Amino acid sequence: MSTSPVPQPGATDPKVLRNFCIIAHIDHGKSTLADRMLQHTGVVDGRDMKAQYLDRMDIERERGITIKSQAVRMPFVKSSGDDAGTVYVLNMIDTPGHVDFTYEVSRSLEACEGAVLLVDAAQGIEAQTLANLYLAIDADLDIIPVLNKIDLPGAQPEKYAEEIAGIIGGNPDDVLRVSAKTGQGVEELLNLIVDEVPPPQGDPDAPPRALIFDSVYDTYRGVVTYVRVVDGKLSHRDRIKMMSTGAVHEMLEVGVISPEPVKAGDLGVGEVGYLITGVKEVRQSRVGDTVTSNIRGATEPLGGYKTPNPMVYSGLYPLDGDDYPTLRDALEKLQLNDAALVYEPESSGALGFGFRIGFLGLLHLEIVRERLEREFNLELISTAPNVVYRVEMEDGKEITVTNPSEYPDGKIDKVYEPVVRATVLSPSDYIGVIMELCQARRGQLIGMDYLSEDRVEIKYTLPMGEIMFDFFDALKSRTKGYASLDYEPTGEQAADLVKVDVLLQGEVVDAFSAIVHRDNAYAYGVSLASKLKELIPRQQFEVPIQAAIGARVIARENIRAIRKDVLAKCYGGDISRKRKLLEKQKEGKKRMKMVGRVEVPQEAFIAALSTGDADK
Amino acid sequence: MPLTERSLSTLGHRPFGVYVHVPFCSVRCGYCDFNTYTADELGEGATRASYADTAILEIEQAGRELVGAPVVQTVFFGGGTPTQLPSADLVRILDAIRRTFGLADDVEVTTEANPDSVTPESLATLRTGGFTRISYGVQSAVPHVLATLDRTHDPAGVPQAVRWAREAGFEQLSVDLIYGTPGESVDDWRASIEQAIALEPDHISAYALIVEDGTAFARKVRRGEVVMPDDDETADKYVLADELFSAAGLGWYELSNWATDDAAQCRHNVLYWHSDNWLGIGPGAHSHIGGERWWNVKHPAAYAQRLAAGESPRHDGETIDTATARMEQIMLETRLRTGLDLGSLGAAAGAAVPGVVSRGLATREGDRLVLTRTGRLLADAVVRELVE
Repeated sequence: MSTSPVPQPGATDPKVLRNFCIIAHIDHGKSTLADRMLQHTGVVDGRDMKAQYLDRMDIERERGITIKSQAVRMPFVKSSGDDAGTVYVLNMIDTPGHVDFTYEVSRSLEACEGAVLLVDAAQGIEAQTLANLYLAIDADLDIIPVLNKIDLPGAQPEKYAEEIAGIIGGNPDDVLRVSAKTGQGVEELLNLIVDEVPPPQGDPDAPPRALIFDSVYDTYRGVVTYVRVVDGKLSHRDRIKMMSTGAVHEMLEVGVISPEPVKAGDLGVGEVGYLITGVKEVRQSRVGDTVTSNIRGATEPLGGYKTPNPMVYSGLYPLDGDDYPTLRDALEKLQLNDAALVYEPESSGALGFGFRIGFLGLLHLEIVRERLEREFNLELISTAPNVVYRVEMEDGKEITVTNPSEYPDGKIDKVYEPVVRATVLSPSDYIGVIMELCQARRGQLIGMDYLSEDRVEIKYTLPMGEIMFDFFDALKSRTKGYASLDYEPTGEQAADLVKVDVLLQGEVVDAFSAIVHRDNAYAYGVSLASKLKELIPRQQFEVPIQAAIGARVIARENIRAIRKDVLAKCYGGDISRKRKLLEKQKEGKKRMKMVGRVEVPQEAFIAALSTGDADK
Repeated sequence: MPLTERSLSTLGHRPFGVYVHVPFCSVRCGYCDFNTYTADELGEGATRASYADTAILEIEQAGRELVGAPVVQTVFFGGGTPTQLPSADLVRILDAIRRTFGLADDVEVTTEANPDSVTPESLATLRTGGFTRISYGVQSAVPHVLATLDRTHDPAGVPQAVRWAREAGFEQLSVDLIYGTPGESVDDWRASIEQAIALEPDHISAYALIVEDGTAFARKVRRGEVVMPDDDETADKYVLADELFSAAGLGWYELSNWATDDAAQCRHNVLYWHSDNWLGIGPGAHSHIGGERWWNVKHPAAYAQRLAAGESPRHDGETIDTATARMEQIMLETRLRTGLDLGSLGAAAGAAVPGVVSRGLATREGDRLVLTRTGRLLADAVVRELVE
């Protein structure tokens, strides 16, 4: 069987292009399947294979999640059907898998014509997958349903094929069964992608328009922008324009990833590749924006661009105040790579100088914090994350609260909190406990659907603030790990909220202030005060702890003064050991934050995060 | 690690003491983390019979190295239980020290002893051989407390052991007590204090029980088999001891040590606390000469082999630089009734002094900072403030 030569970037007939993504839950084997496709199409040979080739960042690899999408070009020789022997070009666009990055997911989907819906044959579809599936259906993608891990003893392909068919329509028998681990069914899937996914449509003679679906900072190259060309051609000789801002950049390089970057002259209609323009910050090359050429450029951008708004705020403070400049520089560097990260300096009476940082969600917060600590060697204290509240005062003024300590004291007319529409997928056995949990978090049931005989989809409206701390953990523990969760912000609601302050020795510690529902305020205050009593070591003086709403104290605890802090014996042989202990204690003290006269350990600030759940 | 000129040069200017470690006990007490062994635990080459000869080898070896060593002011035999060795062996070791370095006319020679490990004869041999002071490990007067501590002696035998020591001619006699043992009530402790005072010693040491990592006792605590008393109660016990000892004419001179007068203090321990020079003999023993500190291999068999082969038993050591020496000085002198020399403090530490005084933890006596009773219980916290 002779094959035609492999089509080159910039000279690929859109008819042989297939752009697709894989929609899957964490652990359902997306990265393994991607790896197998890379191997099968020969772009990576077996011995170069690192497990999960496409997940670049260490944190992604360790956590097994994909944060940043990538795209890889794979030539594939069709092996079945009338067109067997034809060389196709498959562009696999990796999508982030977490709710925090829904916007990025939607942009990645826009760059495709088809999606492989990958579901673990032992677990069935999960809420986030379902959410992304709906996004894909909304984006008019052709869906190829696939059950993975059919080699597992616990696999129930019939059951879950039925479930998938119930969701997307079609026949359960059409759900392809593969094992990404053993490679079984992978070739069939590649053939199916060619058959099912439509080739891209676009006007090759129109002014160029390309969608940015990812933008990554590289230390050596500056920002690498991933694009999908919709119309016309992007050439390495062009000067390009970002249509949202009108900013013009010199094009330094155009290319495709296969799976290492390969320079190319041009990118034509339907092609997926990267641009390098010398831009140093991803903010200048934002996901969702449209790239055109500076001369004879397009006038209408592609639709759907928006700037993601932070949903969650948290204060980050260096444990050692001297590290403030390092933290500032580190945030600047992270922002190069993270267009969604917003921050501004703030100061706290308790914690000194730091930053209030806006995040897309809690995972985003955790990732940023971890990267700051790991990559910049910083020790940080983060305050309890909070959502954004809108406060209407009686005098008509409106205040946006991103930090509980800034909650106004004056006459408040109404407070609005953000709400989400949460979708929980679970075996039907757990309906009761799930509803109980959602009610305790002030949820309102929207509806419930059976996906199959024994699996349900439960929808709730929940205050976003109520699901931030540990809702997911509580959900998982109450459902033995079977339930999955997805949510999307849907607006705001008025609520009876109050600010609970914590006072140490009569002084408010701003870092412990929280905004909670009035009904939960008492339980919250009691729980936090008793937790702080456990966590703050005894000092040389008595430390009263109070929780208060305004001037009204709702809980109190007392840390008795320490009376004994001495090791009784000290012989000749003890001296070195005792000195080392002293040095260790001094180090330990550095990990304490002085709040007024009180030494508060770092853990106390972290623990404040987990007391949100008074009903647990 | 050969001694430097610098450290040797201090030998002539500082009091010089010798510590002899005797690593034998009849039973291993659960709480004890000292380097000690029962008879069955040791193999070839490290028997009790050969121990004195081995220690003497080390003394002779050290004598060749410590050029310019002055006569010895204090000798302290600790352990372990030194009186597990025949008194004649202890005397032979002391003789070797005398032969090698010379003993000062007013030398203090102490041995620790268990009340049930002495006889009138053994005590007489020690006294005649040059020992001047006995320190009895009494620990408690209460049987259930002694049982928790794995101590074997009958508390009823203690007055007899004290009487024998007096009859043998020991004028200096210390009683060692432990408080804060799990299960010990405040009244139990009061009984121990009162029994100790009734023995009319010129010196009492009272140590709060420390749970040392790696001991059988620490494992029991970790498993919840015994529960350590609350720190506040242990603090109460300290206060009680200090009140009763003071009323009986025993004044504190270090935060865990009381004596009837200056002459009754344990000069050997004072030497440690003043960072003077001492030579440690025996497995695991620590030495300090002019800013050089070192310690011997821990196992008696390894120790004996080294010496038999003519090698140094030294295992490792450290050089104390000026900053570290200052830190140790603060750490040690703060614990003493004579107090910490304020003139020796740096600016930062000096700045912490008014706070320590205003909180009632210490008083200024001339140019010295002396802990109050409350301050003694918080001595480590005070030290941390002063070294910052």
